[in-house]
Amino acid sequence: MKILVCISQVPDTSTKIILKDNNTAINNQGTTWIINPYDEWYALIKALELKESGIATEVHLVTVGKADVEPVIRKALALGGDEAIRIDADSTDSYQTASYIADYARSVGYELVLCGKESIDYNNGTTGTMIAELLDADYIGFATHIQTEGNTVIVQREIEGGEETDSCSLPAVVSCQKGVAEARIPNMRGIMAARTRPLKVIIPTEVVAVTTILSYELPPAKAGIRLINPDNMDELVELLHTEAKVI
Amino acid sequence: MNATESVNAIKGGEFLIRDTPAASIFIPEEWNEEQLMIAETCTNFLAQHVVPNLNRIDEQEEGLMPHLMEEAGALGLLSISVPEEYGGFGKDFKTSMLVTEKLGAGNSFSVAFSAHTGIGTLPILYYGTEAQKAKYIPKLASGEWKGAYCLTEPGAGSDANSGKSRARLSEDGKYYLITGQKMWITNAGFADVFTVFAKIDNDENLSAFIVEKGFEGLSLNTEEHKMGIKGSSTRQVFFNDCKVPVENLLSERQNGFKIAVNILNLGRIKLGGATIGASKEIITQSVRYANEREQFGRPISKYGAIRYKLAQQVIRTYASESAIYRASQNMEEATEHMVATGMDEIKAKLKGTEQYAIEAAIIKVDASETLDYVVDEGVQIYGGMGYSAEAPMDRAYRDSRINRIFEGTNEINRMLTVDMMLKRAMKGELDLMGPAQKVAGELMSIPDFNAVDEEGLFVKEKKYIANFKKAVLMVAGSAVQKLMAQLGKEQEVLMNLADMLIELYVSESIQLRVEKLVGMRGEEACKEHLDMMRVYVNDAAEKINKSGKEALNAFAEGDERRMMLMGLRRYTKTEDLNTTQARRNIAAKVISENKYCF
Repeated sequence: MKILVCISQVPDTSTKIILKDNNTAINNQGTTWIINPYDEWYALIKALELKESGIATEVHLVTVGKADVEPVIRKALALGGDEAIRIDADSTDSYQTASYIADYARSVGYELVLCGKESIDYNNGTTGTMIAELLDADYIGFATHIQTEGNTVIVQREIEGGEETDSCSLPAVVSCQKGVAEARIPNMRGIMAARTRPLKVIIPTEVVAVTTILSYELPPAKAGIRLINPDNMDELVELLHTEAKVI
Repeated sequence: MNATESVNAIKGGEFLIRDTPAASIFIPEEWNEEQLMIAETCTNFLAQHVVPNLNRIDEQEEGLMPHLMEEAGALGLLSISVPEEYGGFGKDFKTSMLVTEKLGAGNSFSVAFSAHTGIGTLPILYYGTEAQKAKYIPKLASGEWKGAYCLTEPGAGSDANSGKSRARLSEDGKYYLITGQKMWITNAGFADVFTVFAKIDNDENLSAFIVEKGFEGLSLNTEEHKMGIKGSSTRQVFFNDCKVPVENLLSERQNGFKIAVNILNLGRIKLGGATIGASKEIITQSVRYANEREQFGRPISKYGAIRYKLAQQVIRTYASESAIYRASQNMEEATEHMVATGMDEIKAKLKGTEQYAIEAAIIKVDASETLDYVVDEGVQIYGGMGYSAEAPMDRAYRDSRINRIFEGTNEINRMLTVDMMLKRAMKGELDLMGPAQKVAGELMSIPDFNAVDEEGLFVKEKKYIANFKKAVLMVAGSAVQKLMAQLGKEQEVLMNLADMLIELYVSESIQLRVEKLVGMRGEEACKEHLDMMRVYVNDAAEKINKSGKEALNAFAEGDERRMMLMGLRRYTKTEDLNTTQARRNIAAKVISENKYCF
């Protein structure tokens, strides 16, 4: 089984986001970039586990981005994977990203495509479903456990108030979240091997984005915290009612 | 680098009499992608395995520390600089220093790690026979076995060669029987392999032996109760006719003291790296707390008194770091040069390190005192919470203190700094006499009043640093002349001279680093770095002046003293600088980033 893992580069959560050009763009100077944690900790590690257990024969990593994302894809390669593919395009549009990945995936023919349940930058959580649609493959989202049996992938996922187990036949796309695998730290051997593992660059056939970003807005600054004495519950109720207006 | 360049490269101690081009030094802003990945692995390892367990580590929970060492070993972190043929990664010295720095933020774990990979592994790696290396190094490199180093004795600390432990050959000639008592042995509680120093029969000098935990006659005392690094195992180790096979003699008979000294040279600069890693972490915790803690309706990071502390923590850390990697690069290049000219790699590593033993001693003192400053102000920024054992500053404050004591006390290292410098001068390896006489001549001439007319970002600081060199040469030259053989006994003067050398070396290191960085990134991107350099050099002038004055007043007299004091004023004069504004700028940057960000 050949597995393709989608890797997205995102800003480190402690990075301060600064807007520019009249709030129409993000100033990326000084930004620390990381692998999207859902892609890294769950999708990639699961793929590696499947390879280690002999189920997968090859694990390939794919990312959409310009040359400046290469350090992040090599970081992913330090964890494992046989080769990486960078699709040379700048995209913040899920459809565009999904189209590029689907075009590539179709050309190779992967049985399983794994991705994080969302990326922590734009948090759309739609790329995986779109890849499945474009590939005409089955899709199961928000997996907490994945196993395969022959030509079938069996997935547990959280639902409101419980858990459900689904299965579908391969090829399939599965988006992953906590529970699928345990995070790993790249070891020295992996880091040194990352340099020698192939990183292919592919120029895609252009796909037009379907969304346009008009402007960005930072979330409101964290408001101060009011401490209410536990002996004074009446005051708390009053404030929740009149000021916070939540009850 | 080609051989010609290496011949011209600055030698150990030569910073006092020669200038270094900024382009020739290594600065941490030049780490490559792979090195940054390794650093991140270290940071993640601490975050996931060490930091959540700090209390359990300090309680010395049975088996926890060895388990953490094995986990670090599984990631390859115990064998960064171990050659590939012994299961390591054969990385360069700077990379191993980077790992030491990053893991330096791991409190007691850092001590266990440093002891294992440094004094626990290197004596065997550097001095062992092929058979010894093949037997011990792969297991130490993987973490399957843990290493310790037994040098200190109850009556032999700073004076290490005076140890009473003795070894004698058994009647059948198959064993050395070691008898003695070793003290303050890091990792003793779980170590499998000990490098033990003892004198054979009535030898003048120590010999070194590889001793396994299971050898008959070795026993351990209980754990010491310590002020800090409570999670680090520290015990006495007793040897009672401990049977060590003759093939476990390390290197040649009586070569032990040399091994100890050479390993300490490496240990000293490594300790510098580890303390800087801790300093950076403490700064991040300090600034986060200062940004969160509100008093009088505002975060305390808005107040000048706190901003001063944050800025000063950052300046000293950045300066110490500049010196560490500058010297690390020197050691590495000297080693490479010697290997290129045909020397065996291990021998070249030892020689390369020894060449910069003066810088290693300077760095040990400077970086450990930087960390002590940083944790002290960390406690102060945390205020009442700083004194609470619930907050991280308590542990950091206690753990920091040992760094001024082990790997040679800072006093011993200060004396060594001056001693090694003078010995090299006497041996003709370092021409101090010529430059010192030139300065003496200059004292008689009309002073230039230190006026700096030229334009340029670094002209002033370069001029100041050139003058610092003159100040050191003047005071040291005069001390040698006046006190001669007595100088070694005038420890106060030696301390003053060492402090002057330390300030000079670190000032020059931060200046060169910022100069190189501006060349890489441009002035606009380095505003705070320039402020750091200016404040550091400005303060160094004051310190050099103070130390110089103390020394001169101790041994010089009459007109000569007056003339030299005037000279000292001239050589430590700087133009007015608004250090308050500069510190505010530096603090503003870390406050805005909410972490150490340089």
